[in-house]
Parts: sequence; C-alpha cells; structure tokens
Amino acid sequence: MNAMSHNQAGNAYNFGFLDEYAKKEVRRAILKAIAIPGYQVPYASREMPMGRGFGTGGLQLTLSLIGPNEVVKVIDQGSDDSVNAVNLRRFIEMTCPGVSTTTATAECTLIQSRHRIPELPLTARQILVLQVPYPDPLVVVEPSEDKRKTMHGEADYSRLLVKLYEDIVKFGEITISHRYPTRINGHYVIDPSPIPRWDVPKLNDSAALILFGAGREKKIYAVPPHTKAEPLAFSDVPFRVEDFRDEQGRRRACARCGCVDSFLDEFVTDSGSKTYQCSDSDWCDMQLSKARQTQGEPA
Amino acid sequence: MNKILEVRGLSKIYGPGCPQCLESTGPEADTNLCPHCGSVVAIHDVSFDLFEGEILGVMGESGSGKSTVVKTLYFDQAPSSGEAIFFDNDRQYDLFSLNAAQQRWLRNHRFGMVYQNPNLGLNFNISAGGNIAERLLMSDLMDYGAIRERAKALLARTEVLLSRVDDLPKHFSGGMQQRVQIAKALATQPPLLFLDEVTTGLDLSVQARILDLILEIQQELKTAMVVVTHDLGVIRLLTGRAIVMKYGRVIETGLTDQILEDPQHAYTQRLVASAL
Repeated sequence: MNAMSHNQAGNAYNFGFLDEYAKKEVRRAILKAIAIPGYQVPYASREMPMGRGFGTGGLQLTLSLIGPNEVVKVIDQGSDDSVNAVNLRRFIEMTCPGVSTTTATAECTLIQSRHRIPELPLTARQILVLQVPYPDPLVVVEPSEDKRKTMHGEADYSRLLVKLYEDIVKFGEITISHRYPTRINGHYVIDPSPIPRWDVPKLNDSAALILFGAGREKKIYAVPPHTKAEPLAFSDVPFRVEDFRDEQGRRRACARCGCVDSFLDEFVTDSGSKTYQCSDSDWCDMQLSKARQTQGEPA
Repeated sequence: MNKILEVRGLSKIYGPGCPQCLESTGPEADTNLCPHCGSVVAIHDVSFDLFEGEILGVMGESGSGKSTVVKTLYFDQAPSSGEAIFFDNDRQYDLFSLNAAQQRWLRNHRFGMVYQNPNLGLNFNISAGGNIAERLLMSDLMDYGAIRERAKALLARTEVLLSRVDDLPKHFSGGMQQRVQIAKALATQPPLLFLDEVTTGLDLSVQARILDLILEIQQELKTAMVVVTHDLGVIRLLTGRAIVMKYGRVIETGLTDQILEDPQHAYTQRLVASAL
C-alpha cells in the first residue's frame, strides 16, 4: 500500500496526511453527494494542521482524491500566488510525495479553489474542489438546522425567494453578489461557496465534476458533470451576471492583458484612479502570451 | 350544500396519557388535567361538519381547547387521535394520514389562518408585501410583476394603505397587522379559513371594521370559516352555527341564535348570562 512505502521512506505522515480510514469516509461522502446532486452530506471533518475556515473542507476533499499521478492546482480568489494558495500547495507537496503541482488550468487534473471557478472551461478529466464557509443557503432565513433539513427535503425555498423579492422592492434588482442560491437538478438549492455571480452559470452542465467541502460545518456536496444548475430568480426578473461596462457603456478590459470577457478585479492605483485586471491570474497570463505570439514579439 | 370539512373524534392529549385520563377529565370532573398521570387533555372527541360558505363559531373560556382544534386542523400540531376529511372540489383529503409535504401543500394552497398574535402569522422582518409574496411563492407563482400586483390588490381589499406595502409590519398598528394577516391568508383564495381570536385586544371601532371585512369576504368568495373566540358578540355577528367547549369537550352545539337565546347546558347558560 502507498501508506507503507511512504512510511518506510521516512515520512512521518501517511500519503495525503489523512489516514486511509479518514480518506475512505470522505470518499464515501463524495459518492453519496454525487448520487444526490446538491444534497449536503454530513461527514466527520478531521482536525487539520490549520484553522477551520482556512479551507480545511476543500483540503480534505483534495487529499482524499489525490492519486500518485495527480497534477494539482490551488487557487485563492483566482490567483495562484496569494498566501493561502501558496501555503496549501506547499502542504500538498509536502504530504503527497510524487504529486506534481501547477498553475496552468489546462494541465491540472485536480483544482482546489476558493471564491473562483477558472475562466478556462474545465474538461471531463478534471475535478474542481471548492472551499465552502457556509454550506446551507437557508441559514439566512431559518436558524434551526432541523427545520432547514425538512425545508430542503420538501424543496421549500419560498423564503429564499422572498429575500429576492425584498431585494427587488428595495433596490430594483437582486443584490446578492456572491453565494448566489442555485437549484441543482431541479430540487436541492445549494450555496455555491462565495464564487461571484459571474461563475454561477459555469456550474450548469459543467463537463468537470464540482465538489464542495465545508470543514467547519462538516458538509460535502456536489454538482456532478452535465447537471442542471439554475440560479433562483423570478420568471420576469431573470438572473444576470456582473456588469463590467464603464460610464460610456463600453466593456472594461483587463489593464494587463486586454481581455474583455473575464471577471475583473478593481484596483486603486497610487494616483487614486481605478484600474481593472483579470481576477484569474492564469487566464491573464494565457491571454498575454497569446497576444505576444500573434504580434510576433519575443515573450 | 357542499361539505368542506368533516371532523370526527378529534383528540389531543399533552403528556404520557393513561387509561383513566378520559374519565377523570372534562366538564363533569371540572378539570382538563388528569390527576393520575398529569397529562393535559386539551381536546377530546370533537366532531363537527362545515359547509361551503358557512362560518362556524367555536366558543368557550380560555383553556377550553378551542384554539387547539384549529391548530390541529391547520397542522400546527398533530392530534393524538381522530380524523378530519377536507373536501376540495371533487377531491377528498384525509388530513391526518397525509405526509408532511402533502400537508404543507394543503396549508399553503387551500387553507388560510389568522392568528390572534400577528407575530405568529407574519414575519415582522420582511415587508407587508413580502409577507403576502411568501405565500404566493409557496404556491409556485414565480412572476415578480404578478406577485406584486396581487399583493397590492389584496392589501387594497383589506384596506391597508398602498403607500405602506413596502413597510415592515412591526411598524403597523395592531388593526393593520391583523388586516395584513387576513390579506396573507386570502392570497391563494383558499376555500377554508381559520380565524383564531382575530379581534381580541383591538379597540371596538377597529374590531367592527375587521368583522365587516370578514363578512364581506365570506359573501364575495364563499369562503368557509372556523372562528374561534370567547367574545359572544363576535359569535352572534359572524356565525351561523356554533359549538361550545369546556375542558376540551364539546358540551353544546347548534344554531348560534338557538344557543345564545335558549342555552341548554348549565355552563352555556352561565356564559350567556354573564355576557355584558
């Protein structure tokens, strides 16, 4: 077994940090989550060597799924280089010897992410793991977990819709910026982790398996490949993604790569003006190298 | 006349219950608390029929079990035994053998409830319009414009100022809260409405307007209603038939005029005589 060989090699920890029983339990929960799309499967959520709320749920999924030939990518808010992403990647490298890591979306087989789904469409051979702080979308309208479970079972989401109604009454539109409640396969409504609205349509009919892990709340749920994912909305007030047009109505472009169809982050420059840049750093690099190739300039 | 509701042998006991519960409680025993096991026999063997467009009064002193009757029928509480059949167009529902989802469907689509305390019937943290929208959304109306129109029409019907449709009900007066509750209950045009002490605690002029509203609704929509109250004036004004309850048992039933003019049971006689 893997565990034996790595222990003999002098590594104090099992391959993938978790013991094989813990991994088995997580894998069982994953299978159940895939079998019932959108249902929150409870699991034990082991103690990890980092604080709960720093991605322990996603990490446990990743460590349970990782195999010897895996190519792993870790992103935090779209970037491969933020502190959280770097530390998680190092932890995976340390505890899973032989596994390679990458920043290129196209090359990886397993992606652990916080707050973003990569811009590059995922493929059937990839799995996306999202870290989730609050798994239950009903928590904003019903404090009792017992009642929430009944509401999920009966697909009773009218109180979530009332929240959308109140938003339209007060502000003229639905103001949920992230964690947009999304109905999976026509029944369960999930909290798709704090991804922006921009990423919600990517859940629908995704080629890749998308898994959600909440470490503190001890829940795992899934959007299996090619499953229907519809954001909650009214028939006459449809769901819409973020609008990146400026005052003149032109679509803002990334200041670095010039891309006009990606999710943009806003930065304030030293002079106080605003500038926009792709949130997905790998996508930005790809666009940049593509532009250089077509212009024939040396990279 | 079409029957809407048929209730037979409805009972609700709080506590473990024992074989002596039933014989040692009730009007004769002058208590609803079983001396042997400490259980409360809230209602026992309540039976009645309700017909289309009819208003049935349930009266009695506090603790007589009258609210428990409507709460079990509205699925707020499960009864200990008994059955209730709801007739809806050509369909029949045996209320207490339905599963939770079917009960919720009936509750949202075909029943309406107005509580004495608006806190129970309304969510005070969402607007008056939102409260009505909630009920419409529960019955699968998904069009924002249509929901809004319907909410406004209902609030206009129940004489709530339209300029306050987006205000929170906690900023409303008691009478207005009650009218929002009635509007919410009527949102899905239910054939059956439960009214639990709707006018208790309101001042007389407000009471009169709410009672007028209830009568108008009955005339217009042919809604059948069960009205629970201890106020004989409300019983006299609204109801055609009434049942009198004491310590969880029905002690007298009949036409309202008959009960109020010629009460048979000693307790009813005292109740009518004591009315101001």
